[in-house]
Amino acid sequence: MMAELTALLTHPLAQMVLALAAILAFLGVNGLVLLYAERKVAGFIQRRPGPYEVGPHGLLQPFADAGKLMSKQLVAPMGADRLLFWLAPLVSLAPVVVCFLPIPFSPLLTGMDVNLGLLLILAFSGLNTLALCLAGWGSNSKYSLLGAARAVAQSVAYEIPLLLAVLAVAFQVGSLDLSAIAATQAKGLLSWNVFVQPLAFAVFFISAVAETNRAPFDLPEAESELTAGFHTEYSGMGFGIFFLAEYSYMVVVCAVATALFLGGWDGPLVPGPWWFLGKVFALVFALMWFRWTFPRVRFDQLLNVCWKWLIPLGLANLVATALLVKWVG
Amino acid sequence: MSQDANARLTGDFYTAPFGPRIEEEGDTLILNMGPQHPATHGVLRVIVELDGEYIRRAEPVLGYIHRMHEKMGEVKSWVQYLPNMGRVDYLHALAWNWAYVGAVEKLMGLAVPPRAEYIRVITCELNRINSHLLWWGAYLLDLGAFTPIVYAFADRERIMDLLQMVTGSRLTYCYYRFGGVSADLGDEFIRGTHEFVADFRKRLPMYRGLVTDNMILRGRCEEIGVLSPETARRYGATGPVLRGSGVAYDVRRAEPYSVYDRLDFTVPTGRNGDAMDRYEVRMEEMNQCLRIIEQALEALPDGAHIAPDLSERLLPPKGEVYFAVEGARGKIGVYLLSDGGPTPYRVKLRAPGFSNLSLFAELAQGTLLADAVSILGSLDLVIPEIDR
Repeated sequence: MMAELTALLTHPLAQMVLALAAILAFLGVNGLVLLYAERKVAGFIQRRPGPYEVGPHGLLQPFADAGKLMSKQLVAPMGADRLLFWLAPLVSLAPVVVCFLPIPFSPLLTGMDVNLGLLLILAFSGLNTLALCLAGWGSNSKYSLLGAARAVAQSVAYEIPLLLAVLAVAFQVGSLDLSAIAATQAKGLLSWNVFVQPLAFAVFFISAVAETNRAPFDLPEAESELTAGFHTEYSGMGFGIFFLAEYSYMVVVCAVATALFLGGWDGPLVPGPWWFLGKVFALVFALMWFRWTFPRVRFDQLLNVCWKWLIPLGLANLVATALLVKWVG
Repeated sequence: MSQDANARLTGDFYTAPFGPRIEEEGDTLILNMGPQHPATHGVLRVIVELDGEYIRRAEPVLGYIHRMHEKMGEVKSWVQYLPNMGRVDYLHALAWNWAYVGAVEKLMGLAVPPRAEYIRVITCELNRINSHLLWWGAYLLDLGAFTPIVYAFADRERIMDLLQMVTGSRLTYCYYRFGGVSADLGDEFIRGTHEFVADFRKRLPMYRGLVTDNMILRGRCEEIGVLSPETARRYGATGPVLRGSGVAYDVRRAEPYSVYDRLDFTVPTGRNGDAMDRYEVRMEEMNQCLRIIEQALEALPDGAHIAPDLSERLLPPKGEVYFAVEGARGKIGVYLLSDGGPTPYRVKLRAPGFSNLSLFAELAQGTLLADAVSILGSLDLVIPEIDR
C-alpha cells in the first residue's frame, strides 16, 4: 500500500499536478501580497501612508479589495462577444500557472525539471497577448480595441529582444534548463550572469517591463488616453483576474531574470528559496518603482526603443557571445 | 480624397454626416472622449476621428457645465454677483474676483487704498501659483506620471492654508470687495507667506530635477502641438499658451492695472510654441510670482484695507466698462453694462480658456491620440470657466 502510494506520488504526472496546485496557491497569496505592497510602495513614493484603515497598517486591505471584486455582479457590455469576453481573463491567467512549473526556487524546489524550461516559459507567456487581443475584440468598445491593437504590436516587438537576451545566456551555459543555468552561477557573486552579461540583463529587464505592460510601457491600458485600454469594460472578477494575471506575470519575469542573471538561489546564510524569493521581490519592487516615478512613453517612441536600440544591442550581444563561446570555449 | 469628402472635412461633426464617410475612405473610427474621460478634466467632450491612432479631426463639444453665470449677473445685485466670480474659474478665483471688482470700481470711479492694492497683488499671485501647481500635477497625470500631483498638492496645501487665514475659504474665494478687500492681512499670514516663498523657491529646482528634465517627459512634450504666434493670435489665445509661442503679452505689463507697474518682474516666453514651452513658461511664472509676492510684502504700506464710507446699496452710474486682468490661463475680461439700476444690465465674461480650447481642433489634427492628450493638457483648461 505504502509502496504504491509512494510510486503514485513520485509519478511525474502526480508531481506535476501537485506542483500546479501549489503554484495556484502561491499565485493567490502572491496577488494579495503584491496588491498590498504596490499600494504601500506607491504611498511611500508619494509621501502618504497608503492603505491604513483596514486592519493594522492596512494589512487586511487586499482581502477587502478581493472580497469587493468577487462580490460584484459580472457585467458584459451590450453587443459584446460574450464567449470571447469571458474567455479572455481565463486565457490570461491559465498559461501563467504553467510558466511557474520550470522555475527553480532551489535545486530541489522546482515544479518540474524540464530541459526546455526557458522555451516553455516563453511559449506560454506569449499567450497573454492572445488574451489581451480577445478582451479588446470581445468587449465591443473602441477603447478596448485600440488597447488590444497596441498590446499586440508591443508584445510582438518586445518578444524579440527578450529572446535575444535569453539566448545569449543560453549560448554561454549551453542549456535551456533554468535549473542548470542557475546552478552555473552558484559559485559566488562574481559568477552571476548580471556581471558576465550586463548588456543582456539590461535588454532583458527593459523588455520584461514592456512584456508585462507595466508603466512606463503600460500603453495597452494607458489610462489618460484609453481610459483603461483592453480592460475598460471589465468589472468585478473579470478585472480581478486580469489584475492577478498581471501580478503573476511580473513575478514570472522577475523569477526568470533571477534564475538567468542574478544567481538564482545563490546566497549565504539562509536557505536558497529565501534568496530566490528575495531577489524576485527586489526586482518586483524595481518594477513598482518605475511605475510610480516615470511618465508614460508614446507608442511610436516605445517601438523605436525596441527596434532601434534593444534589438540591435541584443543582436550584437548575441553575436559577441557566440564568437566568445566558439573561440574561448 | 474626393472633393466632396474634402468639403465635409471643413464642416463640423453636425453638418458633416460621418456615417457614409467610413465606407468611402475605409479605416476611420469615430471615438468619443468624454464628457467622462480621465484626460478631459471635468466635463469636456471631444469627438475625434481616428485613422489608426492618428487624429484626422477633433472637435471639442462644450456646454456640459454651463451654469448661466452671465445671465445670473442680470438678476443679481452688484454685490450679490461677487460670489459667482469664485465659481467661474475655481482655480484662479481671485483673478476673477479682481476682474469684476475692478470693472465696477472703474465704472464708479472708486479709489482703492494702496494697502488693499498690495494685498490684492499678494493674494492673487499666491492663487496663481496654486493654479499653476494643480495644472502641473494634472498635466503630468495626463502623461502617465502619477506621483508629481501629490507633491504639487503638498505645496498647494500650504497656499490654501495661507489664503484660508485671510479669505476664510480654500477654493472658491470671495475676498475682494468694491474699493478694497474684505479683511486685512494678519502677522501670521505675512510670516507664513515669507516662509512659503523661501521654501517654495527650493522646491522649484527639485521639481525640475525630478520631472522637467526627465527624458520621457521631454519626448512627450517637445515639438508636440507647435503653435505659431500667428495661429495663437488668430484664435485670441492669451496667457501662457500665447507666451509659449514667443509673444510677450501679459496684461499685467501690457495694460498695467493696480500696482503691477511698480513691481519688477519679467514675462517669460517660449521659442518654439510647443507643449514644452508652455510648460516651461508656467514653471518660470511661478518663480516670477514669488518675486512679485516678495516685493509686494516688502512694500506693503499701512492704512485702510477698504475704501471707507461705501453705501450699503451700491448703485453704479449709467454706462459701460471693460476691465481685464491676467489670470493663470490668460486674459480675463469683464464687460459690464449698467443702466443705473440695482443690477447690471448685461454682463459679459471673457474666459481665456474658451479661446485657448478653440485652438485644439487645429493643433490636434494629424497627431497621435497620446499627443492630443498632451496638447489638451498643455492648454490648461478649466471647463467651468469655458462653459461659464
